[in-house]
This record gives sequence, C-alpha cells and structure tokens, in this order.
Amino acid sequence: MPASHQTNCLATDLTNADRHLQFVMSQLVTVTDRGLYCERGDFYIDPWLPVARAIITHAHGDHACRGSGRYLTTDRGLGVLASRLDPDAVIDTVPYGDSMTIGDAAVSLHPAGHILGSAQVRIELHGEVWVISGDYKVAPDPTCDPFAPLACDTFVTECTFGLPIYQWPSAADVFEEINNWWRSNRDEGRASVIFAYSLGKAQRVLAGLDATIGPIMCHGAVQRVNAEYRQAGVCLPETEHAGLGVDKRDWSGAIMIAPPSAKASPWMRKFGDVSTAFVSGWMQVRGARRRRSVDRGFVISDHTDWPGLLDTIQATGARRILATHGRTGPLVRWLRESGYEADTLKTEYVGEHDDAEIDRADEQEPEA
Amino acid sequence: MKQFAALYQSLDETTKSNRKIAAMRDYFAVCSPEDGAWAVHFLSGRRFKRLISTKELRECCLQLSGISGWMFDECYSSVGDLAETIALLLPDQGRHGEGSLTKWIEQDIRALAQMSEGDRRQALAASWAALTGQERFVFNKLVTGSFRVGVAHGMLVRALSQVSGVDTRVIAHRLMGTWEPTAEFYQSLIGPDAGQTDHSKPYPFCLAHPLASKISDLGEISDWLMEWKWDGIRGQLIRRDGQSFLWSRGEEPVLERFPELIGPAAALANGTVLDGEILAWDASGVLPFGEMQRRIGRKTLGAKLLKEVPVRFVAFDLLEEQGLDLRSLPLKERRQRLESSLANAQVEPAIMPSPLVAAATWVELSQQREASRELRVEGVMLKRADSPYSVGRVTGLWWKWKTTAYTVDAVLIYAQRGSGRRASLYTDYTFAAWSDGQLVPFAKAYSGLTDEEIREVDRFIRQHTIEQFGPVRSVLPELVFELAFEGIQLSKRHKSGVAVRFPRIARWRRDKRPEQADSLETLQSLIRQ
Repeated sequence: MPASHQTNCLATDLTNADRHLQFVMSQLVTVTDRGLYCERGDFYIDPWLPVARAIITHAHGDHACRGSGRYLTTDRGLGVLASRLDPDAVIDTVPYGDSMTIGDAAVSLHPAGHILGSAQVRIELHGEVWVISGDYKVAPDPTCDPFAPLACDTFVTECTFGLPIYQWPSAADVFEEINNWWRSNRDEGRASVIFAYSLGKAQRVLAGLDATIGPIMCHGAVQRVNAEYRQAGVCLPETEHAGLGVDKRDWSGAIMIAPPSAKASPWMRKFGDVSTAFVSGWMQVRGARRRRSVDRGFVISDHTDWPGLLDTIQATGARRILATHGRTGPLVRWLRESGYEADTLKTEYVGEHDDAEIDRADEQEPEA
Repeated sequence: MKQFAALYQSLDETTKSNRKIAAMRDYFAVCSPEDGAWAVHFLSGRRFKRLISTKELRECCLQLSGISGWMFDECYSSVGDLAETIALLLPDQGRHGEGSLTKWIEQDIRALAQMSEGDRRQALAASWAALTGQERFVFNKLVTGSFRVGVAHGMLVRALSQVSGVDTRVIAHRLMGTWEPTAEFYQSLIGPDAGQTDHSKPYPFCLAHPLASKISDLGEISDWLMEWKWDGIRGQLIRRDGQSFLWSRGEEPVLERFPELIGPAAALANGTVLDGEILAWDASGVLPFGEMQRRIGRKTLGAKLLKEVPVRFVAFDLLEEQGLDLRSLPLKERRQRLESSLANAQVEPAIMPSPLVAAATWVELSQQREASRELRVEGVMLKRADSPYSVGRVTGLWWKWKTTAYTVDAVLIYAQRGSGRRASLYTDYTFAAWSDGQLVPFAKAYSGLTDEEIREVDRFIRQHTIEQFGPVRSVLPELVFELAFEGIQLSKRHKSGVAVRFPRIARWRRDKRPEQADSLETLQSLIRQ
C-alpha cells in the first residue's frame, strides 16, 4: 500500500540504489542484523544485540537482551524486565495505550496477554499503522492484562504454533486435570512436580492450582519471579521455596513448580517418589510428551493456537502479514492462498522452547 | 470405547509397572467379557491388519477438516504419526465414544474392510464425529493396525490374575498359543475351571536365573542334573491329535521355518510336549549362533542354506507324555521318560536329548565348564534333580552358570541421562577402544555400577563435558572401565568393525589411565576364528 512519504519519489529515472531505498522506506520496520528496526523512529524492537534505543515487548531472554543504551517497556512490565537486565540499565516506561512520539513515529504499547507486562507495539506514521505482536495469546490469563487485537495495515505476528494441529483445550479443563492429578498423587503418597518456564508460565499455573489440595513449593528460579509478580499486584497462592536446607521433610502431597532445566538437576533427587508433568503447548503432540519423559503433559501455552492466530489476523484487518518465529512457512502459504500479502520475517526469537537442552541458563539454580 | 481409550491413556502416561497393572486391573474389574477379550487381544500385542489405506484416511480427513493436502502433509511431518495427525486435525465435537469396545470393534472398525469406498467414508466420518480427540487416536490406531502399547506380557498376566484371583501361572498358560477374542475365551481365561484346552497350546516356559552365589553353596552335586547351556532358539515342540506345533519363547509358531523338523516331529507319539533348543548343527557339531541367524528372518529358505545350516531340536525336558501333564514330576523322572520316549519314537538325531554333563564334584564341573567356548555353548545349566517344571523364573531350582564373559578395558567418551528414577543422572555410557591413536566407540553399557559410583561418575561428567549434542554429552576421555560381554563378532554396521553382545560394566578401573585401555586390535583378536 502506498505510504505518503513515497509520493516524493516520482522521478522516472530511479537508480537501483533509489529503488532499494524506496523499498526500505515502504517498510516502517525492517530486520537488521541487530533486530527489528524502525528507521523513522530510530529505535529497535526486541533487538538481540545491544543498540542505542530498544522497545521491549516482554522480558523473556530471547526478547530482552542486555547492554542497550536505553529501554522502553510498559509500566506493568518494569519489575520483571529490570531484574533481567543489568542493574544500571536505563528503562523508560509507559502505560498501556498511551501514545508517544519517537522520531517521526507515534508509538504505543498494548496488552499482548503473553506474560506480565507483555506488549504489542503499535507504530503509526502518516496514517500507516504497523503492529508488532511480540509473543501473544488470546486465551484468558489472570496473571496478565488480556490481549486485544489492534487495527493495522501491517501485522507482524509471532508463529510459534503455526499449524492447525495446535488447538488448545480450554484452560479451565486443563487446570481441572492438573488439580485431579495432584490430588491423586497426594492420596497415593507421592509428590507432584510441574515443569514450567519460570517467568510467566509458572505463575499462570500457580494461579490455576487449587491451594486446598496441599502445600505449593517453588524452585528458586520460580520463587524469584513470583515475588516480582506479587509486587506488581498479581494475586498468586501462597508458595514456599523448595531449595537448600529443606532436604529433610516429607514432600508427599506437595506440588513443586520448577523450570524444565531442573528436571535433570540434582535438585530433583530429594523428593523421593514423584510424578512429573510438563506444561506447554508442545504437549499437544504425544511424541513431544514422550521425548520429555514426564508422566503427564498438560497443554497450556502462553502463545496463541492456530485458530487464535487466524482470528487475530482477521481482526486486525491487516492486508500484509509478516510472520516471525516458529515454523512460518505453512502460515505464510496459507495466508497467501487466502488472498493476503504475507511473508516471513527472519528473526532470532525462539518462542516456546521444544527442548530441555536449550533452557535458558538463567533459569538454573546452583546444585542443591 | 471411552473406557478403553482412557485405559490406553493411563498406560501411555506412566512408565511404572505398578501403575500400569493397576490401570488394567481397574479396566478388567468392570468390563464385559467381550470387551475383556478384545482388551486382552490388543494388550497382548495382537493387531488387525490395516483395514483402510493411508490415502483414503488422508482424503477423508481433508474433506472433513477443510484443510488442503499440503497443509496435512506439513502437519503429518511435524507429528510423525498418521493416526495422531488425523485425531488432532478433526474438530472436537465434545462427544464421547459411547457403546462398548466390542460394538466399536465389530460394527465400526472391522466392518470397514467390507464396505464400498463411499460407505466407508461415511462410516469413518460418523465414527470420528462421535469420539473425542484421544478416542479418535485410539480408533485410528486400531483401524490402521498400528495399535501398540507399552505393556509387558507379565504385567497383563498380573492384572488378570489380580482381578480374577486365578494364579498367574494358570493365566499365563491360558494365554499361550492361538485363541479368538470371544466372551467364552475371556471367561475361560479368568474362570476357576480350565475347561477344554486347545491342543496346540504350549506350556509357559520355565526359566533359570543366572547363578549369583558360589557354586559350592548349592550343596551336594548329586542333587543336581547338569546340561550344557545352548546358544540357539528356545522352543516347545508339541505333537497332539496327529498335528505338530513348534512354539518359540515369543509364542510364535515356527515349525514351517524348520522343515527338517516336520518329519521327525510327526514321528513323536501323540500327546508329547518337549522343551528344548533349536540349534544349527552340522556334521562338525553345533554351529555358532551367527549361523542360525542366517536362517531367522528369511521368508524362503533356499536349498543351499538348508544344506549349509541344518538344524536339530535338542530336548532337555518332557512336559507331557500320552497327553498327561508331567510338570509336577521331579526332573530326574521326566529326564528318564524323555530319553525313553525319544528312543521309542526313533527320531534321533533330528530330535535328540540334550546330553547331561557328568561331574562328580563341583571342581570337576567347573573344569568342564572351561571348555564351553570350544564346545560352542554358553556354559552350564544346573537343575535340581527333584525340581518340578515351574512357570516363569523361579529362584533356587534352575540356574544358568555361564562361562566367564570376555572383558576389556575401555574409556568412557559419551554419556546420556538415564530414565525413570535415574532421569536426573548420567547413567548411559558409550565406551571406546584405541585404534591408531584415536578412541573409537564400540559399546554402550548401562549397568554394573553401585549407586554411589553412578553419582561420582555423574559429577565427573557434568564437570568434564566437552560438548553437548541434544541429550548426549561428550566427556573428557579420562575414566577407564572394565567391560564384560558375552560374545563378539565382526560387524559392517559398526564404526569400530566389531559388535559385542550384552556389554556391561564389570568394574571401574580407577587404577588405569586412559592410555592403558585396550585397543580395537585386542578386541578383534577375541573373535573366534
């Protein structure tokens, strides 16, 4: 679609360089070797290398890299982001929905429903609107502000679960399953251990647990994030730290929440007879469940499923869709066959990991 | 169908035997006899042939889900299982598979094979719409003949025994051989009375434990009968009602694969059941197991192979004579009857008694055992002369006393995490031997260390990892272990050029440096010429 700044380029004898420039100018946001870049505002969105100015959609490691000059995030997300950056990092915040001018562009952040403080980035220039979704989910989650689609011309969407085999069951049903599993483990004298990412997923799981069943214990990595969530006013059930110095207790009947990396660590050894579960969208597929070698796989994701992806794209009214991380090929082809202008935007985000081996190092706790 | 799919899910969700047994027991406790029969059928690994082609299933799924063929293929390649891909792609209508397993098997599944293509599509669509995703998955697995579930036979037997109060040995026997999954079968399986037994039915095999104690602890040698421990295929040869059957330990009928035994088997008296070993045996005597392997797995046996690798049935027990079950008689008596029965039938040497190993003292026996490798046997079997023929592995009556294994010193170079209770420890190791200054991997081994040693090795691995590839870590080549194994042969499929049989860790050689570990040449020199 023609953007107004292109109307200056009426010359008939464009050089190749000019043509290239014209193409770049039609892209409000481009991919550079440092990350998604908005030239007209001179800022990056979730850069993977240090830059002068970075807008951060959410605090997960693949979106929030250390060392940039200045950061902008939502006020709700300040706590979780600050604890993942260097102590002297400069972080500006803005409330959801407030518009600010950066360079030539009007920029605002809107709830993405992914984790606490997560945002979609809306950029407007001369009437043209781009929305960069960051990671998002459309299903309700009591631990973060709900996602709402934004009208735009170009929608840059994540695509972690970009296949129609990914259709999430209702979270209420899954939490009922989780609580039943915990209850029956307790009745049989076993401890329950849930593996979930320490930032976001763990808190969403906590919020769905029925605390009347038994004590809820957390791995240190999860417990730290819980404190940040509580500080931001998110209501979580009472939790205890299952760390050092508490080896000599009876764990049966308790539920432990731990990052996936803890599964292979000596931390696990103190619990005796346990039943283990992994909570992730990947658990939809039996093979992924079996590769994890846990007793149970519960399908709860902080990313949107396939129907949510299609509904969101339709709700934005965007004609051009750029898909980032995940297997984007099938979505892009599907969109093209349905009349959209669609392409893959090659980024270095990883979305929801499919493998315990690439769990982030900062989720590891010293061996206990 | 709902209950059976739920059972499948419980079995699939746990790796623990007790939980699997409990899940099956709970299912059998409430199911109808027909459903019980079908459940036993599938849980014991019996399957239908594929009832409907992949192409037809795929097309039917495309039509119902409205997705295009390329998208289906993308999904399939991501999931890796056709039955599951279809189960995930079809819309869930919130309906459970009502009706019994038997109704589903007979009316909705088996009937598909006889229908016209159009009717079949309609029937499939109706079935899929009436099931949840998980039930659809099980349904698809049954329809495509690919239903598998991780249940060992012994677990199924224990579940049935717990639910019926019938002894596991009786259940195991009733499950042997061929049977049809009918209500009558199920009732006779779990009922108190044996009823009429099928004349092809073998007895459950009696198995021996490896000798764990000192040989002299077994008491008087005169209380024992000794035989060679053969390295062939264990089998039960049956002659009843003018028909012959040869069953392998895996309960497969294998007589057709050994045509040279058909004539001799027919010469046995009716009502005879022999337990023994099928061995490759030519004019020079018994042949290595490798020769027998040339015959296993061949669909058709050429005249050349039959000539090069002839077989014999070497019998070491008589379980039935003149239709009478002899299993409770003492071995000594069964042995005498075995010898006279084979002599009367004039079937030697095609069917011959396994020779006894004569020794007056344990010392003499262990000297005889030293000759095992030259005799191409694995060692000696020790059976109490007064022992009955028991079901399964019973302690104290039969022992296998194998020859000392081969041993070499090897270097630990890769490690992988264990499973189950050892999932947090690196317990699965790959070992290497030297060749031209390089360490070449040749064996994987899992056991043989104490828990304490495992923890120590685990710590070493974590602190000395060179690289990680997925679940595998390459480790600084520092630790030397003595590996024991049962056999070794040349192999084109292994990088090292040798394949070892049943490798395990004998001990940790803390006294050895990696340079002192053995070489591949040493390994090759162990291969019998």
